[in-house]
Amino acid sequence: MIFIHISIMAGVTYFVRMLPMVIFKKKIESNFIKSFLYYVPYAVLGSMTFPAIFSATSSTYSAIAGTIIAVLLAFMEKSLLTVALSSCLVVYITEWILRFINLQ
Amino acid sequence: MVTDKLSNHFLSGIKDGIPIGLGYLSVSFTFGIMAVNSGLPVWIAVLISMTNLTSAGQFAGISLISAGAPYIEMALAQLIINLRYSLMSLSLTQKTDKSFNTLHRLILSFGITDEVFAVASGKPHDIDTKYMYGLITVPYWGWAMGTLMGAAAGSILPESVSSAMNIAIYGMFLAIIIPPAKKAHPVLWVIILSVTLSFILHYTPYLNRLSEGFVIIICALAASGFGALFFPVKEVAE
Repeated sequence: MIFIHISIMAGVTYFVRMLPMVIFKKKIESNFIKSFLYYVPYAVLGSMTFPAIFSATSSTYSAIAGTIIAVLLAFMEKSLLTVALSSCLVVYITEWILRFINLQ
Repeated sequence: MVTDKLSNHFLSGIKDGIPIGLGYLSVSFTFGIMAVNSGLPVWIAVLISMTNLTSAGQFAGISLISAGAPYIEMALAQLIINLRYSLMSLSLTQKTDKSFNTLHRLILSFGITDEVFAVASGKPHDIDTKYMYGLITVPYWGWAMGTLMGAAAGSILPESVSSAMNIAIYGMFLAIIIPPAKKAHPVLWVIILSVTLSFILHYTPYLNRLSEGFVIIICALAASGFGALFFPVKEVAE
């Protein structure tokens, strides 16, 4: 029954998000846990980005080009939108060039 | 700072949510196409997106539905793939201000996605509920609309455009983690460790059978634990 499947999906996904949020209401005192939680975003985003970014587009070359531009612009502290859209643009252009070369 | 006060606002949340919502359009568009291809009606695809709001979990979900998987398998798969949200949710509890009462927590925790978490935790100050409602709004509707368009219209976007849009999310992630890594070397080391582990887990035989959710959890636990052990922070975490 599809509605039971969907309810299970939605229910499990909601509970893993909701429980920590509702249970831990106070600021944590332990310096170890505080430090741990301070580093979590960087560790999570790092492992989510690599190596996944290299297979995100239809060609590894365009993904590498997009990654280089994103790293450079992020290093220059450009805004999220600027970095995201610039890497999209570079991927688009790189793939266009790749197709162009293949046609020759 | 004045800008800090201004940014604690619904509208500023909306503004921060726009790049996320744009990124979601292409991903949920793909989800919509896949859901319909696997035999689900359009409105079921949209219903799944509006009640789940997660990428990997939904993609796994539709393949389990079409395979007629047992309910327990569905529950376990969702738990493993999405357990990382618990870590994010826990991390965010340390960045919420007093406006987060139980009711707001019950509602807002629904909207914690990888990208929402990334942007919220990248803020230099504590966040209030207005900002969080704003931040979640555009991604939520982007996710729903993208699914609807993908499911209803098939492939409107040319392959070259959707391929380019797929990198947007990762570009955003890099824009969040690189500037702090420049300023604080411990952050840089934590990122390097996490990325290295991620490469190892993705490319080592046997280990590469781990689900994506588990890989993220292992990398996050190991790298953050390493950071907390060797570079404890006192003032930065405030």
